Amino acid sequence: MKLPKTIPGRCEQGTFLAGIPRAGALRAGTLRAGALRAAVLLAAIVLAAFPAHSQAGDAPDGPAILLASTTSTENSGLFAHILPRFREDSGILVRVIALGTGQAIRLGMRGDADVLLVHHRPSEDRFMAEGHGAERRDVMYNDFVIAGPRHDPAGIRGMKDAAVALLKVARAGAEFVSRGDDSGTHKAELRLWEEGGLDPVKSSGKWYRETGSGMGATLNTAAAMGAYLLADRGTWLSFKNRKDLDLLVEGDPRMFNPYGVLVVNPARHPHVKSVEARVFMEWITGPRGREAISSFRLEGRQVFYPAAK
Amino acid sequence: MNELAQAFKMALALILTGDSDLLEIVWLTMQVSISAVAVASLAALPLGGALALFSFPGRRTLIILLNSLMGLPPVVVGLLVYLLLSRQGPLGEWGLLFTPTAMVIAQCILVFPIVAALTRQVVEDLWGEYGEQLRSLGASRLRSVATLLLEGRFALSTVVLAGFGRAIAEVGAVLIVGGNIAHLTRVMTTAIALETSRGELSLALGLGILLIGLSVSVNGAAYLLREYSGWRHG
Repeated sequence: MKLPKTIPGRCEQGTFLAGIPRAGALRAGTLRAGALRAAVLLAAIVLAAFPAHSQAGDAPDGPAILLASTTSTENSGLFAHILPRFREDSGILVRVIALGTGQAIRLGMRGDADVLLVHHRPSEDRFMAEGHGAERRDVMYNDFVIAGPRHDPAGIRGMKDAAVALLKVARAGAEFVSRGDDSGTHKAELRLWEEGGLDPVKSSGKWYRETGSGMGATLNTAAAMGAYLLADRGTWLSFKNRKDLDLLVEGDPRMFNPYGVLVVNPARHPHVKSVEARVFMEWITGPRGREAISSFRLEGRQVFYPAAK
Repeated sequence: MNELAQAFKMALALILTGDSDLLEIVWLTMQVSISAVAVASLAALPLGGALALFSFPGRRTLIILLNSLMGLPPVVVGLLVYLLLSRQGPLGEWGLLFTPTAMVIAQCILVFPIVAALTRQVVEDLWGEYGEQLRSLGASRLRSVATLLLEGRFALSTVVLAGFGRAIAEVGAVLIVGGNIAHLTRVMTTAIALETSRGELSLALGLGILLIGLSVSVNGAAYLLREYSGWRHG
């Protein structure tokens, strides 16, 4: 960008404003070169320095793919642990967008991501059945937990049946905070309510509070309110603002939380980087990826377990 | 209180360590917002000026519309730009979604009405003051717009800074069209949102303090520049 030679009005003003009485105020012909020129220069510098890789294409030093995933995996720090290893092995940079599972899947349907790592099997199967995905594989699993205020007004601490525990929370009229955002965790929570035979959404706005937000925001809300909630163990363990919340219910097999990896179908979306996406799928389900997932620790505990072969 | 003190300590530590990830985020934040304001102002200043001086049918409606658009909700703009740039959208082929460029586009849309609407007011006021002189000199309206823009540049620099304030502080639009991708589209506001969701409240607030500091330094620099140019040219 060059400095503009003729700023509008610049050349003319000297002449046509010369005789104006208040010329002191109006003598724009001089332009007080400083301010405007400096502003243009600044804009030029900033625009010129824009990162060369400002396209969502490849990284400056190799190919890059876009992974749409869930807040639970990103917030826990799992990706920070495994993705550098993948890059070392493959030379491929993985860029992560953390959303709810529902949103991540819609991103894949629109062809805005190359590969998905999500956790809601029925949605994943629909994605495949409708032809949006080229391939799906099991990756890993962990589990959901029910957390709530330490003094536990509903008295569910240590229960083994999650559905009954939720019913007890409802009967006690204790506040429960739901994701309410169509995420994998939200869907898992709704299924537990369904098994207990109670529709909490009818009480939405009363004791049942839907935040419509990610896991972290919902945990912040529950911590501030002293409410119960369902959370994935990874986010729960990595969350730093638990305040008065305690882990109360765990270990119900229905709180099993499996993650799948899905490669977006290049036949449907020709621009997706399906070759690199497939390399990622092979790696994360292969020995190197399984080892990386197993070695991730939070507070000294393993959080994610590779899927059975 | 303890958390607040912790946040200030965190902000200080962040500055002192000069963490390279943080510097990257600060740099991208500045690039995106300054680019957006530069591009938006380039169009909005002349348009606002023209709107002040020219009369045409529908002018009043346009002014009301522009004034209202100053309150455009960032999330809505984000969604709009997302749908435009998504692969399924009309501009999907450009492949701009989840890039800094997409963030500039979104912020541009947010900043444009602010700069245009306020410029219109500034220039209209100046026109009331100098209009007669300009007319008596036979200056065309177009030339008058240019002159008044130049004459009002001190007031207009504040207008542009208001646009910058909007751009650098908003999170809704850049989160949707940028995706908060580490080392690519993560800016100060989306980083703050991320740390909040991790429950790292002190760190989030510390970043917030830094963001305010960033805004203060830009405004301070603009103020000094103004003083300097005023002093140089009397």
